Amino acid sequence: MQLSVKLALNKTEMPVPPAPEAMESVVKSPSLNASEPIVQAALRMQVRNLNFFYGKVQALRQVNLDIATNRVTALIGPSGCGKSTLLRTLNRLHETVRHTRLEGEILLDGESIMRQDVTHLRRRVGMVFQRPNPFPKSIFENVAYGLRINGLSGNQQGGIADAVEHSLQRAALWDEVKDQLHKSAHALSGGQQQRLCIARALAVDPEVLLLDEPCSALDPVNTAKIEELLFHLKQNCTLVIVTHNMQQAARVSDSTAFVLNGELIEFSSTPQLFTTPTDPRTEAYITGRFG
Amino acid sequence: MSAKMIWRKTVNVVMLSLTGVCALVAVSVLFFILGYLVYHGGKDINLDFFIKLPAPVGESGGGMANAIVGSGKLLLLAALFGVPIGLLGGVYLAEFGGRTVPFVVRYTADLLNGVPSIVIGIFAYSVVVLPLRHFSTLAGGFALGVMMIPIVLRSTEEFLRAVPRSLREGAMALGASKWRTISTVVLPAASRGILTAVLLALARVAGETAPLLFTAFGNRFWSPGWSQPTASLPVMIYTYAVGPYDDWHRQAWAAGLVLLGLVLLTNIVVRTILSRGISVQRS
Repeated sequence: MQLSVKLALNKTEMPVPPAPEAMESVVKSPSLNASEPIVQAALRMQVRNLNFFYGKVQALRQVNLDIATNRVTALIGPSGCGKSTLLRTLNRLHETVRHTRLEGEILLDGESIMRQDVTHLRRRVGMVFQRPNPFPKSIFENVAYGLRINGLSGNQQGGIADAVEHSLQRAALWDEVKDQLHKSAHALSGGQQQRLCIARALAVDPEVLLLDEPCSALDPVNTAKIEELLFHLKQNCTLVIVTHNMQQAARVSDSTAFVLNGELIEFSSTPQLFTTPTDPRTEAYITGRFG
Repeated sequence: MSAKMIWRKTVNVVMLSLTGVCALVAVSVLFFILGYLVYHGGKDINLDFFIKLPAPVGESGGGMANAIVGSGKLLLLAALFGVPIGLLGGVYLAEFGGRTVPFVVRYTADLLNGVPSIVIGIFAYSVVVLPLRHFSTLAGGFALGVMMIPIVLRSTEEFLRAVPRSLREGAMALGASKWRTISTVVLPAASRGILTAVLLALARVAGETAPLLFTAFGNRFWSPGWSQPTASLPVMIYTYAVGPYDDWHRQAWAAGLVLLGLVLLTNIVVRTILSRGISVQRS
């Protein structure tokens, strides 16, 4: 089913699965410092020399970041350090804010995202927000929204229903809502709403899913559910998660980037960053000396 | 107790009672009007009033069916003209535009809202009645529609601004274009508030007399189609109230009661819709 939806949505954009050996080399590479050349096929997204400005205020400075395919990349750092801004540039959501300026390059599968049609880009790079933001519609219509705006019309009703069920199952919400699909999404609990938002993002079958502190408004039980969900999702989706919870980054991610005052201080595999950080500022942050 | 203390307490009591009395007066004005209307016009409201044409001068009885239908047609035209312009203009103010254009539009709309209704009547007279060479339902509807535009525009803007940004971002992150986001997520989320504003604007212009005097004019008979002069409740009230017959005076009271009843009904319906809860989750 998932495959057929993907074919229906973007016939020409079938992601090429990375060669296994290439992936190995990324994961086992001792340092993922962006200046080192890394095999292209394993990288879903690359950020190159990114500078970002809100008006005259520079929010990101010379950021380089490689996002490996089918891996979870975590962005950590103190509040206001620019990690959410960095995340939002990855599907050009920053363009909805006035007076912003971006310099540098962001590549998706080797192609600049700036030269792509923005709606097409956002279909490929989905986003889940800090607070659950279900639309004031039914549960079914929330998940179907992305399919409908991308042209799956009424005569493919069966297709939509199947895709909605599949997405809700991927978001581990199907069993809880299958008997109340036509109820308002606002009747769900906060944790369910957030999983609904994940299902909504998954429905258009994105290649990359961006998560902006997806658990910060949730209790520990729901947080655990979502973390487990991320673990399953990365089998066929590339995940980037912003979190200020370092334990969460350590639990869910494969590689972690530490951002401070708009600069990417250190980027390496998660175990390495948390056990043997090379930069003293990273060490100070993860040992809780500031932030 | 010192004299100063007594003085303070007295001032306190006097001021408190004063505010209470004023609040009571404000509330009782409505009930006074309602009671007065029922007293004078209540007994003249019967089935005939709703289904019969005005009786010829000198005869008693008759009704105002043509005025009720005329008011309905005028309001329909006003809504058809004022709501789309106000709605889409409000969308523009809230969602598009830079800094200067919305400022100018907003300011102009507020000024338009303050233009005396008789002036709007003259305007409609010169742009619709004069070119067509006769009074018509069309001209009256146009005048009332012009009055609705600023009300609908400003409240649409307010309600759209109240829709959380996160909903817009959620839709845009799924690949929805800006217009798609507005039409499928933002407008539905604000629909309840906008509907309220439209109904209140209709209730507001339903009682306007001045702009109708030289646009829709008046008619003692049915007004077929849209290009004939038509009767309307407010103008009927005016005509009958200044007329020389006691029978007319009583019917004017009755018409006032019907008009007020319709406006109150709209208000109550609107408030019921609103009290069913706000459809947008605030975050």
